[in-house]
Amino acid sequence: MWTDLGLDLDAHDALLDVLGSAYKDIYLAQKNRPEGMAYFDFVMSEVHGLRIKEIMDEKASGRKIIGSYCVFVPEEIALAANATLVGLCSGADFAMEEVEQLLPRNTCALIKSAFGFKLGKVCPYLESADMIVGENTCDGKKKAYESLGHLVDNLYVMDLPQMKTENGKVLLKGEYLRFKDAVETLTGVTITAESLKSAIGVVNAKRAALHRLCSLRKADPTPISGLDGLLANQVFFYDNPARFTASVHKICDELEIRIQEKKGAFPEKTPRILVSGCPQAVPNWKLPMIVETSGAVIVGEESCVGERGARNLTADTGSTVDEMMDALVDRYFQVDCAIFTPNDQRLLNIQEMAAAYKADGVIHYGLQFCQPYLMESIPVEKALEEKGIPCLRIETDYGMEDMGQLKTRVEAFVEQLR
Amino acid sequence: MRFAGIDIGSRSIELVIVDESGEICQSVQADTGFDPMSETRKLMDGIRYDGIMATGYGRNLFEISFDAPTVTEIKAHARGARAFFPDAQTILDIGGQDSKAIALADNGRVKKFEMNDRCAAGTGKFLEIMARALGFSIEDFGRAALSASKDLHISSMCTVFAESEVTSLIAKGEDRQEIARGLHTSVIRRAAGMLNRVSAAGDIVFTGGVAKNPCMVELLSEKLNRKIRVSPDPQMNGAYGAALLSAEDHENGLMKSNS
Repeated sequence: MWTDLGLDLDAHDALLDVLGSAYKDIYLAQKNRPEGMAYFDFVMSEVHGLRIKEIMDEKASGRKIIGSYCVFVPEEIALAANATLVGLCSGADFAMEEVEQLLPRNTCALIKSAFGFKLGKVCPYLESADMIVGENTCDGKKKAYESLGHLVDNLYVMDLPQMKTENGKVLLKGEYLRFKDAVETLTGVTITAESLKSAIGVVNAKRAALHRLCSLRKADPTPISGLDGLLANQVFFYDNPARFTASVHKICDELEIRIQEKKGAFPEKTPRILVSGCPQAVPNWKLPMIVETSGAVIVGEESCVGERGARNLTADTGSTVDEMMDALVDRYFQVDCAIFTPNDQRLLNIQEMAAAYKADGVIHYGLQFCQPYLMESIPVEKALEEKGIPCLRIETDYGMEDMGQLKTRVEAFVEQLR
Repeated sequence: MRFAGIDIGSRSIELVIVDESGEICQSVQADTGFDPMSETRKLMDGIRYDGIMATGYGRNLFEISFDAPTVTEIKAHARGARAFFPDAQTILDIGGQDSKAIALADNGRVKKFEMNDRCAAGTGKFLEIMARALGFSIEDFGRAALSASKDLHISSMCTVFAESEVTSLIAKGEDRQEIARGLHTSVIRRAAGMLNRVSAAGDIVFTGGVAKNPCMVELLSEKLNRKIRVSPDPQMNGAYGAALLSAEDHENGLMKSNS
């Protein structure tokens, strides 16, 4: 299977070794985990195994696979055309020397990683995709897709607005209609009111399951660690949607019992942290690992891999394809990504989340060279501090050389919250 | 009873013992070297104490080897500075590989802090490498810089780039004391930026090994127009703070067991 996909077997084995041992050290070493996390342990152990087999089987039966790098790519449209949408790997450094021949050194780790997985030939999702969707979010990604276009022959680039104006919305709608056409051409399936309605239902159900999980994290003691909460948000992008939804609900049932029994992942009154900022893609577990081994617990992620990505549901009142496309545009237009200017809604969402999750402090997580989020981090910190919410701004990448300094900063921040 | 604080830094290890009233009874120091735990063991040999707390970048290693509680340098320096200067509100700590600006609330708790990122820019390591490039001992470096009548502008904060900048200034025949002063000024610019982000006014308590450098103290005071206060042995401040915190932990433990 791996050779058919054109993967570099030795490099892929090396990646899985590192991933496996990191998972063991970071995830399996945690205490007081909910039993339901066993499902996610299994998913992670098979993320480059059974899941790929499933995808290959889907392909063999004629289903198309669409890879995406961003929460602005509507999964509903893919599903409605009988295609599968998967998130593509971008959470670890790989083949960096080759990457830096194509991208400037001062490019953010997430973009570099996406290239590394392609150049290192180690991402089976990318290799199995029939269409790869790039999207014009930040300048880094926008320009990087020009170079990625030379490495793959199935890149589709989606434009995105930068302002939440009527014109911006018109642009988003035009781009979603264009994407719908492209997906229909790819699959040969015409999206109908029925198929789109059902797709909206599937994705809404998946998001609603995450909402349930998130709201259970409001309890003190919080019934699930931030690492495990993040993992559920990460697996959201890879797993079969219906199975994911069912598995998350099963965990939630267990968490509700844990809350009744006052059983937490950490003791009651452990300092609670909201993480806000850049996405943390698999296997980027660096910050939550530091936080949760420094005497605090993460209770929420204001992030694309987190509430920013999954916050809103799509209104399912439409009955025609047109009405439902409008509902999708309305839903995605609310995403408070830092590429928008101004982006005041994000600050309100951070404050609302900090209150809802009873966070004692906020850590703003910025990837080095990620201009949009780093720019926003300064006003975010200022606004939070004016409201009396302590905030720590962190700027880092996927490397491990700053672990010591990060740990000192996070520990000192936790001391400050106690 | 005696309480110990040990600060295992990137360049040196300090050990301070205080009595129940917080008076320093003993303080010792050693270079960290390449095997911090064996240096630590040597330093602790024959030292008697009833409680200990570790800080510094080696604290987690110490926690494992000695099964002792730890505290970050930030809280330890805050505690130490408050003991010497009870009204301290702002602290600048420049050690071997880190620099930190800390703002305290009225009750002495850390309110906000800034810390340098991963590189050695603006730390003791930077000054040490630059002193070597100019042929000064670290002890003479500050005095030499202070004796210069003007400073030469050094634009790079990166240790590697600044070193080549220094090399080219030497090659141009520039005065090495003026270069030295320029280097001090560049560290001060960075420290002042961090300080301004955490606190706008009031005296600054300067701690860490770099606070022993007279040029740093003078330039900082000039740049910010704020009074700089330095304890008798600023390098010991972190270990001293940790020792005081160990004593407080002991006291809190007693209070809990009595209630």
